[in-house]
Amino acid sequence: MPRIVVEVMPKPEILDPQGKAIASALPHLGFDGFSGVRQGRRFELTVEGEVTEGILEQARRAAEDLLSNPVIEDVVDVRVEGDA
Amino acid sequence: MSPQTPPTPAETPLIGDYAESSAALTGARIGVVTFPGTLDDRDAARAVRLAGGTAVALWHADDDLGDVDAVIVPGGFSYGDYLRAGAISRFAPMMTSIAREAQTGTLPVLGICNGFQILTEAHLLPGSMIRNDHLKFRCADQVLRVENTSTAWTSQYTDDELITVVLKNQDGRYVADEETLTRLEEEGRVVFRYVGSNPNGSRNDIAGITNAAGNIVGLMPHPEHAVEAGYGPDDAVGMRAGTDGLTVFTSVISSLTSSGAAL
Repeated sequence: MPRIVVEVMPKPEILDPQGKAIASALPHLGFDGFSGVRQGRRFELTVEGEVTEGILEQARRAAEDLLSNPVIEDVVDVRVEGDA
Repeated sequence: MSPQTPPTPAETPLIGDYAESSAALTGARIGVVTFPGTLDDRDAARAVRLAGGTAVALWHADDDLGDVDAVIVPGGFSYGDYLRAGAISRFAPMMTSIAREAQTGTLPVLGICNGFQILTEAHLLPGSMIRNDHLKFRCADQVLRVENTSTAWTSQYTDDELITVVLKNQDGRYVADEETLTRLEEEGRVVFRYVGSNPNGSRNDIAGITNAAGNIVGLMPHPEHAVEAGYGPDDAVGMRAGTDGLTVFTSVISSLTSSGAAL
């Protein structure tokens, strides 16, 4: 069954304390090649049957109304993926 | 053993009967909303009763506000804080009814902790709360300065009064864009501000704010946990003797009775 993937990230100007904590943990494990980490969310919306433009539009609206808070987050991608 | 019908478990009410044993001093009726995962509804209802009002239980799935004169959206972890704190609760039928009444600028609404988060998710108050800057759950007595005494919920405090109430949260860091922060400061809409060290990285040390009309107030700390000697924060009188939060509840009852709304 196809899925609609929605990705949400904290706005660039919002400090991301979780990302910062992850960034500071990486060097302890020897991963020293990264200067920063930002943590976001990925949602997978499963669709029975075909992904019509109407269903995709519903996903976009759900992403703006529920899956993200526009005060602190941006919806960075809404896309269709095939079977896992 | 032969299969038996399991005993019917004693029914645990999901929502309290706050009307019992209430000898309200005034006619003020304050609704207290319960969502799945709300923790502090009974404390808020008790604070209302101690302040002389009548607490009315409101269930999230109902949409009838009844004849309440004000509403408290209490703290806890509604819907387990899934997605974002308050993100799912804001779509509850009761929240739709509260938003409709609150946006007229008359119904006093107080959001405490998770209730504040729900009010921001519902866009009834500006800004949002994100994870504390130190990433830990913090539970401690907290000093606040009351900077706006013109709201229904703070009218009995004195200007810049320092109060001590409990702070307990993990997502308590108030954030808003610069334009919103400037507007809040210029319009005197910062109602409570943290005093001493900032406990969570909130912008401008903001602990609580109000809307432009002044009827909706939200704050992260818990005034309802500082209403009864023996169960409050430590103060000069003794351990757990602090009752600085009670004035929030006497304020709204006073505002309601003086305006005639509850008579």
